[in-house]
Amino acid sequence: MTIAFKPDETFRGDFRYANSPAAILRFPFPFDQDSYMYGINMEPHTRSQKGGGQMGGAFAVAFDVDEHYVAECAERAAVLAADPGRCQVLPHMIEAEWDTLELIMESLSADYPEHFVLERQGNDWTWTNRPLGLHQRFRFGDVSSLPHGPFEYITRQAQGDFTLQDQRDGTLYMDGGIATTQADWSLSFDLGMTFHEWHGPVPLAHQKGVFERALSYLMRVRYGHPARRLNWTMTVHPRLDTSPENYPVWGPDRTTLTADNIGETLHLRVELQTFYRLPRSNGLLFGIRAYLASIDELARVPKWGRRLHRVLRDLHPEIGAYKGTDRFRALAVAHLARVDDGAPTSPGIQPDIQSLPA
Amino acid sequence: MMDQPVLALCVAASEALSPTLRRLTLVAADGGRLPPAAAGAHVTLTLSVAGHARPLKNSYTLVSADPERGYTLIVRRTNPSRGGSQHIHEALTVGDGLEASVPHNLFALHSQAKKVLLIGGGIGITPLLAFVAALRARGGRFELHQICSAEEQDTFAALIGAQPGETVHLHAGRASFDAAAVLGAQPLGTHVYSCGPAALMDAIERQAAALGWPASHVHREDFGAAGGEPFTLTIGSSGARIAVAADQTMLEALEAAGIDAGSLCRGGACGVCAVPVRAGELEHRDHYLSAQERQSGGLVMPCVSRARGDSLVLDI
Repeated sequence: MTIAFKPDETFRGDFRYANSPAAILRFPFPFDQDSYMYGINMEPHTRSQKGGGQMGGAFAVAFDVDEHYVAECAERAAVLAADPGRCQVLPHMIEAEWDTLELIMESLSADYPEHFVLERQGNDWTWTNRPLGLHQRFRFGDVSSLPHGPFEYITRQAQGDFTLQDQRDGTLYMDGGIATTQADWSLSFDLGMTFHEWHGPVPLAHQKGVFERALSYLMRVRYGHPARRLNWTMTVHPRLDTSPENYPVWGPDRTTLTADNIGETLHLRVELQTFYRLPRSNGLLFGIRAYLASIDELARVPKWGRRLHRVLRDLHPEIGAYKGTDRFRALAVAHLARVDDGAPTSPGIQPDIQSLPA
Repeated sequence: MMDQPVLALCVAASEALSPTLRRLTLVAADGGRLPPAAAGAHVTLTLSVAGHARPLKNSYTLVSADPERGYTLIVRRTNPSRGGSQHIHEALTVGDGLEASVPHNLFALHSQAKKVLLIGGGIGITPLLAFVAALRARGGRFELHQICSAEEQDTFAALIGAQPGETVHLHAGRASFDAAAVLGAQPLGTHVYSCGPAALMDAIERQAAALGWPASHVHREDFGAAGGEPFTLTIGSSGARIAVAADQTMLEALEAAGIDAGSLCRGGACGVCAVPVRAGELEHRDHYLSAQERQSGGLVMPCVSRARGDSLVLDI
């Protein structure tokens, strides 16, 4: 699978970012029907064509690498240089760090052999990352043989945020993570919290028992049988780092949207969340991979334009407020109304087309 | 790591530790790497046993799990054997192939334990051996009590290989182990892990509760108490009748009849094989269903539980 990387993309400042037609078609569109409500939407993370598009979409591999990979890794490095606290792992999670390194290296080298190579002789490992130009020999289990801790080392080379959960006392504790592409949550704040604590601010879902059942399901995720779900919010500009720490930088963006610029400036932000049981530590790795596409890019898929209009139009006000859409939702709905001819949409998230209309 | 297949293994070594204990070393049949596993994990082996129409599936704790050197486990020949342990002792030889599930862990060490108290009964020593290795590697504080028959003391002592400064006690027979004294002497923050006969683990749980231990600090493994009085299963949808023999679990009887109930731990802990019940009295032996769910009688875990009476109607 050859990927045409776009190393000059930026996620701040001048926002040099766009999705190719292929990237639009493989976008993990999160709405499988014309309305949205919280529910248990977790499923086995098996290889699937469900994401649509020529390459099987974002569900075709364990950890998806796309055209934004090189630029996203550079963005992560920049955020960590300015704020090293975006990666923190508690000391008792060291085995989970090595588990994560092994899982991501095994997966990337198996799924993208032309880009990533892992060679192992006992505990002497050699890792080659061609897109980033890295060649690293190290000793598995020996922290001093890597330039960063094992978790930070490998997640600097992966798209999306990750958290490490320790399973104990009948719940999950967020005892580590890296967060540079997050939708307004803080690792420094959440570190050490239980599953119910860090989900405390979410409206409606607690009362529906969603988190009780989700926690039960997650605690039973088995090694070799990962799970996934999609989550979403909306972000002004293709900005990956919408952290609470940087709210003064991006918060005011919400006041800049107009009828003229909203189509290309407002982005649907989709999180492909994956859940992996880690074998040595018995911990649970969460992958929280952010995909960004402007609402005009998504509307090039007729089904998605219609559906996004209907979902936003009918969104429960509490969910709309929690996702930070109050200032611009009416403007977005008015913009998308132009592409909604009222035609019925097919069930499921697939785009229903093989190529974008001219 | 998605779509993880069943592991194809091959017997690399099989050695008798005593007349009733045998240690197996299993490696990947293709010479490749095996998944690593945390202490406390088990695998389910698929054993093709002579005289059984369908393969038996037996779960065994991993005593050690190294991706390159392989998995080791210790199997006791049970009497009467359902066929699995006898097969491992008498038929399985070096070079034989067999399938296994990927490792699964329902008995993991607690990361915040200030001290770990390990209590084993008989073959229940197997996860404790994995715990001891893990605790030695991380410098964790532990105390081990192993109960066994007098003639097996030397075998178990050799397996543990106590190092200077470690607190390891072998007790010849249950009567020489004083659970109240051992539990009562532990510092705050201790987690107890017990593995062995259900009666032993029940006694540890009762004693810990009586001493005021938080339930979250008390852990047990259960291999499932198979066997009991024979009874007849009726499949609600088809009316088909399936005999469950005295030395057979309900899950094995369903599988032998060609019904794939889906299963995982086969020890009453994971909940995967739960099936709805239409009629019949139940003897719940699992550790998954809540007290309320047990009382309502709507679900049963066929891997360990049985009918209390001569018939049971499943709603499948």
